[in-house]
Amino acid sequence: MLQILVEALAKTYRVAERAPGLAGALRGLVRRRWREVHALADVSFSLEAGELLAFIGPNGAGKSTTVKILSGILRPTSGRVEVGGLVPYEDRIRHVARIGVVFGQRSQLWWDLPVIDGFDLLADIYRVEPTRYRHRRDELVAMLRLEPLLDQPVRQLSLGQRMRAEFAAALLHDPAILFLDEPTIGLDAPSKLAVRAFVRRLNREQGVTVLLTTHDMHDVEALAERVIVIGQGRLLADGPFASLRAGVLAERRLHVDFAGPAPELDLPRVTVRARTERSLELAFDPTDIPAPKLIALITASHAVEDVHVDEPAIEEVIARFYDLHDAHEA
Amino acid sequence: MQALRPYLAAFRARFQLMLQYRAAALAGFATQCWWGVLRIMIFAAFYGVHAAAAPISLADAITYVWLGQALLALLPWVADPEIGQAVRSGGIGYDRLRPLDAYSYWYARTLGWMLARAAPRAALMALAAGLVLPLAGLGAWAWQPPPSLAAALLFVPAFALMTALGAAIVMLANIIVAASLNERGVNAVLTPLLIVFSGTLLPLDFFPDALRPFLHVQPFAGLVDIPFRIYFADLAGGAALQGLALQAGWTVVLIGLGRLAIDRTMRRLEMQGG
Amino acid sequence: MNALALYGRYAMTSLRAQAQYPAATLMLTAGHCAATAIEILGVFALFDRFGPVGGWTFGEAALFYALVNITFSLADLLTRGFEVFGTDFVRTGAFDRVLLRPRAAALQLAGHEVRLSRLGRFVQAFAVLVLASHLVPIDWDAAAVATALWAVAGGVALFGGILILQATLAFWTVESLEIAHVLTYGGVQAAQYPLNIYAAWFRRLLTFGVPLACVTYYPALAILNRPDPLGAPGWLLPIAPVAGFAFLGLSLLAWRAGMARYASTGS
Repeated sequence: MLQILVEALAKTYRVAERAPGLAGALRGLVRRRWREVHALADVSFSLEAGELLAFIGPNGAGKSTTVKILSGILRPTSGRVEVGGLVPYEDRIRHVARIGVVFGQRSQLWWDLPVIDGFDLLADIYRVEPTRYRHRRDELVAMLRLEPLLDQPVRQLSLGQRMRAEFAAALLHDPAILFLDEPTIGLDAPSKLAVRAFVRRLNREQGVTVLLTTHDMHDVEALAERVIVIGQGRLLADGPFASLRAGVLAERRLHVDFAGPAPELDLPRVTVRARTERSLELAFDPTDIPAPKLIALITASHAVEDVHVDEPAIEEVIARFYDLHDAHEA
Repeated sequence: MQALRPYLAAFRARFQLMLQYRAAALAGFATQCWWGVLRIMIFAAFYGVHAAAAPISLADAITYVWLGQALLALLPWVADPEIGQAVRSGGIGYDRLRPLDAYSYWYARTLGWMLARAAPRAALMALAAGLVLPLAGLGAWAWQPPPSLAAALLFVPAFALMTALGAAIVMLANIIVAASLNERGVNAVLTPLLIVFSGTLLPLDFFPDALRPFLHVQPFAGLVDIPFRIYFADLAGGAALQGLALQAGWTVVLIGLGRLAIDRTMRRLEMQGG
Repeated sequence: MNALALYGRYAMTSLRAQAQYPAATLMLTAGHCAATAIEILGVFALFDRFGPVGGWTFGEAALFYALVNITFSLADLLTRGFEVFGTDFVRTGAFDRVLLRPRAAALQLAGHEVRLSRLGRFVQAFAVLVLASHLVPIDWDAAAVATALWAVAGGVALFGGILILQATLAFWTVESLEIAHVLTYGGVQAAQYPLNIYAAWFRRLLTFGVPLACVTYYPALAILNRPDPLGAPGWLLPIAPVAGFAFLGLSLLAWRAGMARYASTGS
């Protein structure tokens, strides 16, 4: 079932320009110059119910503008958006009752209130029927291990604890779609793992559609079957992460530890990326020369202690991708 | 000159930043016009009943009101909001890393903040109350120029001293904010003190006569009452010089107090590692 | 849960949060009481020096002062969310969070904070009311009390409308919005003197533009049992506060236009 439909979405802002220096500041008092910024230009994609999509791109690429339009906060300059059959910005109140949103950097809980009181208030705000609310709340409390935190004021929670509470708060009304904006930012490693495990479970077991924006490529790797890359307001790629990787940076890396000093190797279409006294890191394209063949070539002529093959880190792939599309931070 | 460079830079940066807030300046100007009109109407109503009871003429009272509205942003209403922000964000630690005299550095920034807020509003107010009103045939309600060259010349140091004194008071508030890590308390005390004792609520001589000996010597008088009365020559000659001396004296005392306090505060912040 | 019940929940939530810091709340209240009480000093000093004005003594002026300050203190208590809308919601992006909830934004803002410290103004104004009642003296029969309550209700609606307009302005500029103080604090100052001492254009503004006189001056005349020196008909005096509700209605229309603009600029 189609859940999100985005067609030819465009959003243009007008921003004031300021000339430098005191003279510029004085001139700005009298007359302002405006510049048009195309935050989004012709973005189209669609999302089936139950999908888990990661939205990535450099800062200022248009990710948050897209999320704001999808969540009904912002009206696009042109284009068509439908989420669950509603146009979000035309029908805000009905639309937002069906979605959940978690901002990694902002809280929706009440700073001075115990967690449980905030939940109760949200249930009233969202008009969740009381028995359903209790059931849902208990379920989330169990899943997120919130029991010991319920009576603490939010201000006393650690960031990791708070994020768990934020997730529960965003899901009390049982939304069909969950928007996550940098949900793991600033979290320590165990909390990041917990958040990822929870999101995966939510998606797989409860069928919640998830749209995630992030700068943390491990989030993408751990969660997303599908990735959309956006740069300077345009959609640059849309598909499984593996095909994105294959398109930009198909190379593999071979790490070799030698018994003696690392030799000078002269193999066609294989480059030496790094060397130490007794080891080499080689880059090669598996379509040119399969890994077993390359290993055989080396072990035939040199005493080798250990080898292993890996792929370029995901950060590297993405950075290369941005390079390729000239899509660095605007 | 070289020694002053960082302080001038701090002043200029803040001045330019504040000038950007065009809407704020216009909004401030509109607000001040309204308050001015309101005050003047209230004065006019009371003068209409019994003008002889007033310590200054209605024309002088009107000029007093317009001057006060024009220079409103130059008064020490609250601690510099940047200090509060720096305290909350921990950015105040960076100030300790700079090879500068902390008091002078903050003082320069505070001065830039106050002057940049005041300058566009004062210019607009002079235009509106000093020029437009007489041209519109409402000369009786206008901001009058000083009555004599002597008054005008005496107002120059009076103005400089009111600015310096105002900044010194803001500095004390800033230091209390840094020490207490909270700006609400300081501002809650400072603003009402300023309104009553500077002569912003009413020129100080409008209060019951018995209070004069006290009202005329306290530091806030140097912010509004004294310089403005020098402007329209209600204080002239020896009285004006006495007023200037009072402004200067309090400025020196308060800067001295601030310097003492900032050293202690900075040491405490260092010990806390704040 | 309907809007009114939800508002009640919001209010309780805010009060409980403040109850966690009782000492601070009490001190802020005391500070606010002292800070707002200085205006009566100004009124007193003028009457003390010049004597009665426009046919009014200090005692009667004190009734005007008390009425408008009581009204404003209650409005101020209830509308904190609108007052800090530009700085705390638009600029920080917290307004997006409001829009992500399936309730009217105005309702959520109204419920944002019930600020107890604002009762400081109420306390001093009430003390002035007691003083005025002795000085005049005022006969507080049922009709006078009802008129006063009705006037206060209309006044709270009027000031609420002004604060909503102030918040609406933040959709266009998130910079300092002291312009709105013209109507709130400036309005309080204007309305704490009797209307007939002002110039004609200003009286018209306070009656038909921003109808402050309708929620303070005219009902106060009814309480004092005095005819309007300017000749407003007697039957009008007690019903004038209805103008406050009309003003609130118009403000809410402007607020809607601002919401539409926010959705297209997101600024």
